[in-house]
Amino acid sequence: MSTTTEIDLANPAPAKPAKARSRRGLRANATLNFWLFTGPFLIGLIVFVFVPMGWSIYLSFFEARFTVSPSSFIGFDNYKAILDNPDFTGSLVTFTVFAAFIVPTTWALSLGLALLVHRIRFMKAFFRSVFFLPTAVSYVAAALIWKMSIFNGVRFGMANTILSWFGVENVAWLANPDPPWYWLVIVTLRLWLQAGFYMILFLAALQNIPAELYEAAAIDGAKPGWQTFRYITLPQLRATSTAVILLLLIAAYQAFDEFWNLLSKATWGQPPLVELYKTALGENQDYGQGSAGAVILTLLILVITLFQGRIMGFGRGEESK
Amino acid sequence: MSALSNNNWSRRSLFRAAAGMTAAGTLAACGSNTGRGSGSGDTLVQYFHAYGEAGTEQAIKRYAKAYKDANVTTQWITGSNFENKLFPALLTKNAPDVFEFHPQLQLVTSGQVADLSDIINPVKDDFNPADIASHTVDGKIYGVRMIDDPQFFYYRPSLFEKAKVEVPQTLEELIEAVNKLTTDKVKGAFLGNDITPVQNPLIWSAGADTLNAKNEIAYHTDAVADGLGQLRKLFTSGNLLLDAPADWWDPSAFTQGLTAIQWCGMWAMPVIQKALGDDVGIFPFPKVGSAGKFSVTNGGWSMFVNAKGDNVDAAKEYVKWLWIDQKKYQEDWALSYGFHIPPRTSIAQSATKLKSGLPAEGVKLFSEYGHFDNIGWTQAMIAAINDVIANSVRKGGSPDAALSAADKKVNAELKKLFG
Repeated sequence: MSTTTEIDLANPAPAKPAKARSRRGLRANATLNFWLFTGPFLIGLIVFVFVPMGWSIYLSFFEARFTVSPSSFIGFDNYKAILDNPDFTGSLVTFTVFAAFIVPTTWALSLGLALLVHRIRFMKAFFRSVFFLPTAVSYVAAALIWKMSIFNGVRFGMANTILSWFGVENVAWLANPDPPWYWLVIVTLRLWLQAGFYMILFLAALQNIPAELYEAAAIDGAKPGWQTFRYITLPQLRATSTAVILLLLIAAYQAFDEFWNLLSKATWGQPPLVELYKTALGENQDYGQGSAGAVILTLLILVITLFQGRIMGFGRGEESK
Repeated sequence: MSALSNNNWSRRSLFRAAAGMTAAGTLAACGSNTGRGSGSGDTLVQYFHAYGEAGTEQAIKRYAKAYKDANVTTQWITGSNFENKLFPALLTKNAPDVFEFHPQLQLVTSGQVADLSDIINPVKDDFNPADIASHTVDGKIYGVRMIDDPQFFYYRPSLFEKAKVEVPQTLEELIEAVNKLTTDKVKGAFLGNDITPVQNPLIWSAGADTLNAKNEIAYHTDAVADGLGQLRKLFTSGNLLLDAPADWWDPSAFTQGLTAIQWCGMWAMPVIQKALGDDVGIFPFPKVGSAGKFSVTNGGWSMFVNAKGDNVDAAKEYVKWLWIDQKKYQEDWALSYGFHIPPRTSIAQSATKLKSGLPAEGVKLFSEYGHFDNIGWTQAMIAAINDVIANSVRKGGSPDAALSAADKKVNAELKKLFG
């Protein structure tokens, strides 16, 4: 009995309540910490994203010229007006075509760069930095460099200087829509700025592919190179590819800075955001119609994103693929 | 012992304080950098677009500093879209109290600019009457003109002589001259990278106008459409300088010998004369069509007071002090950096720099062929004509169709403004 008593006394009974107190404290702390960490950002998100979005939807049903506190309710008139504006509808078509081109091109280039820097055996860090650094450059600064130094229309512009070595006359890259050389300027700029970022995403995914897969494939007789890439690397990058394509699509429809800075006072190559900016700010000051256009554009991006997600299986678990 | 040392500063409380400060900082940062000072007394903010002439920013800040009744801070806004920064700002609490812009009716109808009649009326007769008229709505004057900026063609007489070209009198002659002046190193002319700087002169030189006296469309005429067709011919000739690194308001293309003719403003005259000496001439936009006449754009800038601001009276006092009372600053502003024509007759008459040579010729063109701002011709209408140039001259569409498309937009705007 005494032994039993001793054993009972020896039980680490006091440790249990102590542990329980610790867990309760941790739970309380976790909740508090959650709000401490996310609270400021949640407030920012509400104040700077959700409130403006709600206000924009509200404005879209009002006559709101030169004011963001309108009083005249006009129903869907702003929606009718913006959809009747050929500049806006044309911009949606133009940018669907642009997205259809830039998304696969950027995907291919960034994947190519990732494969290159993943396999390269010398100066790996240097090449990774070189390809990634343009990501840090602002779109406005890059657009001005492209416009004023590389693709200006005078004889001492970089592109025209190179062309002159081959006897080609000066090209007005941005002033003349026929032929549409402005697309070359825009696409090269966008590729230069974007490819490095997506390269990093692919690089991370490439590093996560188990080496055993390649070893097993080699034992099974798979030839290194295209065959390995086609049947092992590419399927393993499926999730990353889907995310990259999704981000690229959204980025294509959100294009603004380089177009605004490269194609001033043009009616061609205008992305939807530039058209909305012109409608709402500066020239027309029609916040109601601009807001209606923003709602339409948001819905369009949502539909395209969901459609793309359905096609490529974004968000589905591995088992459901 | 200080009170601070009595506090129980645990790691947790420090963390909470830091998180709170982060949140407060995040929110506070959103309203920072308004340009408003924190001193006592009235604090005013003024917006200026970035002038190209060296010393202008310092001059404006120097004038503001000399004003003792309020602390005036200046936002010097760089970039080519001043209105895209100004208009949204006017809807916010951080709107400028005073800003420069061009007279536009929508600023008046939307109640964004204050009536300045009481400060201008006593000196009204000393202003160029056309400038007063362009700022007047229903008998009230809404802005003080600071400078008048004539715009015309600059040319190199030596290159004209070499190419055996006379100063063009008609648009056809201009196109012919541009073709003859073009060599493998020098393009014939530079009308701006998007050709829009000459859109109004083209209309005026074709004997038309932007709006008539009844505020109806007056630009859609056969002569204007023909003129657009001729500009298209010039655009596709390969003899026009396009995509220059610096646009039309900067004389670099002309002074660097990239072009023989350039459309630019009188503000650039000192720089051009410094670079090219006497080898410079000017001429107005030539006649377009049989009923055509020469034309010169009278650009310029005016000061306005934000009617919805918190300091309307103080802002009006400042505008009166600087742009009505301080004639020495007005003269300095008009003539010490670039050349501008002072809108005050008394200052213009005493401006010796404008009395002889090329500047005097500029003043003559301004007086004979100048077209002043039309307050009813708003930003949306200007943008509609920008589209006409883009679609018919640069893209090659039908001028008449482009003008009809503009009619739709301009009429919608006119309906909103005049009912």
